[in-house]
Amino acid sequence: MQEILQYIFSGITNGAIYAIIAVGFSLLYNSTEIINFAHGEFVMIGALSLVTLWGSFHLPLPLAFVLTIVVVSGTGLLFERFAIRTVKKPDHIVLVIITVGASIFLRGIAMLIWGKDAYSIPPFSSNPPIDIAGARLLIQSIWIIVISLLSVVALYFFYNKTLTGKAIRACAINKKAAWLTGIPSGKMVMLSFVLSIGMGAVAGLIIAPITMCSYDMGTMLGLKGFCAAMLGGLGSLWGALIGGFILGILEAMGVGFVSSSLKDAIAFVLLLLILFIRPGGIIQSKDVQRF
Amino acid sequence: MLKTKSFKKVILLIAIIVTGCFIVSLPAMAREVYKIGGIFAVTGRASFLGDPEKKSMEMVIKTINDKGGIDGHLLKGIIYDTEGDPTKAAMAVSKLINKDKVIAIIGPSLTPTSLAVIPFVEKAKVPLISCAAGVAITQPVKPWVFKTAQSDVLAVAAVYRHMKKQGIKKIGIITVSNAFGESGKQQLQKQAAEYGIKIVRTESFGNKDTDMTAQLTKIRKAAPDAIVCWGTNPGPAVVAKNVDQLGLNIPLYQSHGVASPKFIKLAGRSAEGIYLPTGKLLVARLLPEKDIQKKALMNYINNFETKYNSSVSGFGGYAYDAMNILAKALKGTNGNKEKIRKALEGLKGHVGVTGVFNFTKEEHNGLGADAFVMVRIHNGTWELLK
Amino acid sequence: MKPIKPIKKTVAGRFPRDKIYYIFFSLAVILTGLFVSNSYYLQVLTFIGINSILALSLNMLMGYAGQVSLGHAAFYGIGAYTTAILTVHYNLSPWLALPCAIFIAIFVAFLVGIPTLKLTGFYLGMGTLGFGMIVNIIFREWTDLTGGASGFVGIPSLELGPVSFYSMRNYFYLVWAALLLSIIVCKRLVNSRIGRALRSIHDSAHAAEAVGINTRNLKIQVFVLSAAFAALAGFLYAHLVSFISPGSFDFMMSVRIVTMVVIGGMASIWGSLLGASLLTLLPEWLHAFSDFEMVVYGLILMLIMIVLPQGLTKGLIDIYERSKKKDNS
Repeated sequence: MQEILQYIFSGITNGAIYAIIAVGFSLLYNSTEIINFAHGEFVMIGALSLVTLWGSFHLPLPLAFVLTIVVVSGTGLLFERFAIRTVKKPDHIVLVIITVGASIFLRGIAMLIWGKDAYSIPPFSSNPPIDIAGARLLIQSIWIIVISLLSVVALYFFYNKTLTGKAIRACAINKKAAWLTGIPSGKMVMLSFVLSIGMGAVAGLIIAPITMCSYDMGTMLGLKGFCAAMLGGLGSLWGALIGGFILGILEAMGVGFVSSSLKDAIAFVLLLLILFIRPGGIIQSKDVQRF
Repeated sequence: MLKTKSFKKVILLIAIIVTGCFIVSLPAMAREVYKIGGIFAVTGRASFLGDPEKKSMEMVIKTINDKGGIDGHLLKGIIYDTEGDPTKAAMAVSKLINKDKVIAIIGPSLTPTSLAVIPFVEKAKVPLISCAAGVAITQPVKPWVFKTAQSDVLAVAAVYRHMKKQGIKKIGIITVSNAFGESGKQQLQKQAAEYGIKIVRTESFGNKDTDMTAQLTKIRKAAPDAIVCWGTNPGPAVVAKNVDQLGLNIPLYQSHGVASPKFIKLAGRSAEGIYLPTGKLLVARLLPEKDIQKKALMNYINNFETKYNSSVSGFGGYAYDAMNILAKALKGTNGNKEKIRKALEGLKGHVGVTGVFNFTKEEHNGLGADAFVMVRIHNGTWELLK
Repeated sequence: MKPIKPIKKTVAGRFPRDKIYYIFFSLAVILTGLFVSNSYYLQVLTFIGINSILALSLNMLMGYAGQVSLGHAAFYGIGAYTTAILTVHYNLSPWLALPCAIFIAIFVAFLVGIPTLKLTGFYLGMGTLGFGMIVNIIFREWTDLTGGASGFVGIPSLELGPVSFYSMRNYFYLVWAALLLSIIVCKRLVNSRIGRALRSIHDSAHAAEAVGINTRNLKIQVFVLSAAFAALAGFLYAHLVSFISPGSFDFMMSVRIVTMVVIGGMASIWGSLLGASLLTLLPEWLHAFSDFEMVVYGLILMLIMIVLPQGLTKGLIDIYERSKKKDNS
């Protein structure tokens, strides 16, 4: 029992991280139908920026938080402006290669800025782990879970209650029609990029204290987050959240009850299963109503 | 008339210039330059190995050249980056052998890349001194392949000796899922019985994983007396943090793969009390004066730190030793590869920074059990254990 | 009489043109082999050949049938590991291991292809990505058979009667002969009924079905064919380097193959050759940039895709034709 609880704690911590990365993928896919293979790299930049701003410059945490998101979203904006919008023939495969190129490029830049070494920073608050029925839960895990849930809820309200959010949704459903009603669809695409990459930055921020941050940490995180997004249903906000938690918990259970050497396989087997059985994901997003 | 005169003058001039050049360049030009190849993982995942290795090799070459080279031959280092990729290593080694025509090669930094290049050097009959840890590189013995890095065999033996003294009987092991961790796992399993140790649980982790509590929980369930983690940064630092987080009150042993100040920095408070085997370089300043390696170690540390203005890592020492050993072997060979190989095989009692090397026909690593010491991390620094 | 003649001419004129290419190609290969004596250059050319087979195999799937695969390195790995395991563990002759490797790749492709090829667009890419990752994890974790993460050592070199492929020149000839063979097979296929059917799938699967093409079977057939060629490349790679490890067949390798195809130009057989050469040579040139290598590589990749999204071959031809038109007007 104690073990199972510990597995669950480990699972939801990782799950929350996967979820928030998955949300980033989903947001972008929803409005642009682009799978951003550089998403993991933005997570990495987020984590490393926090290392610099909070760990080295000793800025107050909230300020470092905001600055990191601004920096990473800014990078995302440049990425959209120069790499995505300039494409003459926005074919799926061309965009995939461009984002792959961008991920290599960003990794290279990060290596130049931060070097090849890994960094670690202390947790946001230095309380000891909580003991629940013999299982330990880090305070940082609570931070992670709370922040990721809050971000998703905030996004939900943004998309459903604000005019801009509704405009993005309109663009997602039909770009031309939205444009005809006077919505600046180009700007909306840009905003989606910023939001999606901002979510990547948040993911980087919250995991920085529990893991080691280095220029090459992003790729695997990106792929796992992607699996989570597919699992929940690409394009669905709640799907991404559910997919992330399911993936995290199943991975922890897999380690606990099967074998730790197959941990990474779990994500990809799940991905294949969901693709074969229910390609739309657990929460099947329909073309018309995606959120 | 005029023509022949000026012609004679020109001839004379040329003769003077040529002889002049000859005399001036005699000490330097008389003997051809020895080209030494280097292949290290300078960038990529294993750059923490390749980067100091490259610097160390360049440093030794410069020192030798400043002293006038070997038997009057200057050395020229040609170094390529493998990025830790076996295919690229194979390409680089072939470039060194066929294009640059080197007489010996130092590197690669990793076991897979070393294994990938071995067939090429064996085929071309060029001596290679690898800087990687895997036992498979020199066992079985290949005529042209040597290595300076301590085998994990010795590291595991050092860990187990310490455990035996502490009365540890049951252990759980957690290894990284790459060549380093796998080789470590094999040695841990192979030697356990010899020291009366039972492995009660075997787990693994990916080096980029963010959380290893699930594996550690599983190990905890098997109630071992100690945990051994085998990996290179940064994964093991996460393991150390998670062990601390779960409040496992049993000793944690790490491998020599994390024996660098970086590990203490990464693991922070969680590094406290961790045991690990390491080459003597890390604790050179703590060694007693009578230690046979002390002089060589301090020498390397001072030279490296003044030249590159950064602290040494034990990994650079592999290339440092390799280059020094090669320099010794090169003496009197006139660049003949077979003679170099013979000289390497016969090299005895070379005091390097990694250990004291005694190569023989059957032993191409040449290090003894004294190549490792056990240290404990205490108050954020290393503590030498007897 | 009169109407038949031109038809005959086009049919007859088409095949010899290909044949002239092949003869030209063979001559170039033979001459290169004769004049390049440095085995480093021969080795680079050999790697280009192997990568070209890979790119070609994926191009059949991506360029002609329009099915994206992000897990192609899995078949490359299956070819390499099968021959390694059979020749080392079971002492089988490499020439017998080759058909086994190809057969296993075909078998796996068939099993995976049936459910996977039902997917379209990104979903297909992701399905193949997942498949590639799983195969890579199997290579890494099935330690007894594959040597695990440490890799597989001691794969024998090839021999055929008195000819030893231990020498780099012979290996170069072997690889480029295999490449020529693959090109001929692919070319013939592309110019056949099947090729036309494939292109129709590329343009619109629904329309293809409407005119009576069994798209599902055809897609699986191409998938299987492309897996077989990738396994051939894996076989050649394994016996060349004689050491394989899972890292050579990972996700990044799959991406690299896709990049070769896309940069060279989709649906262009000679483009695959160009893309493979470029991506094999690029890292060699970029060594000079040392720490900037990744940045430059990423930039080049993005720039080519932004400026010439059709790939280098078509893109350059377009630019050339446009400039010619300008001159004329």
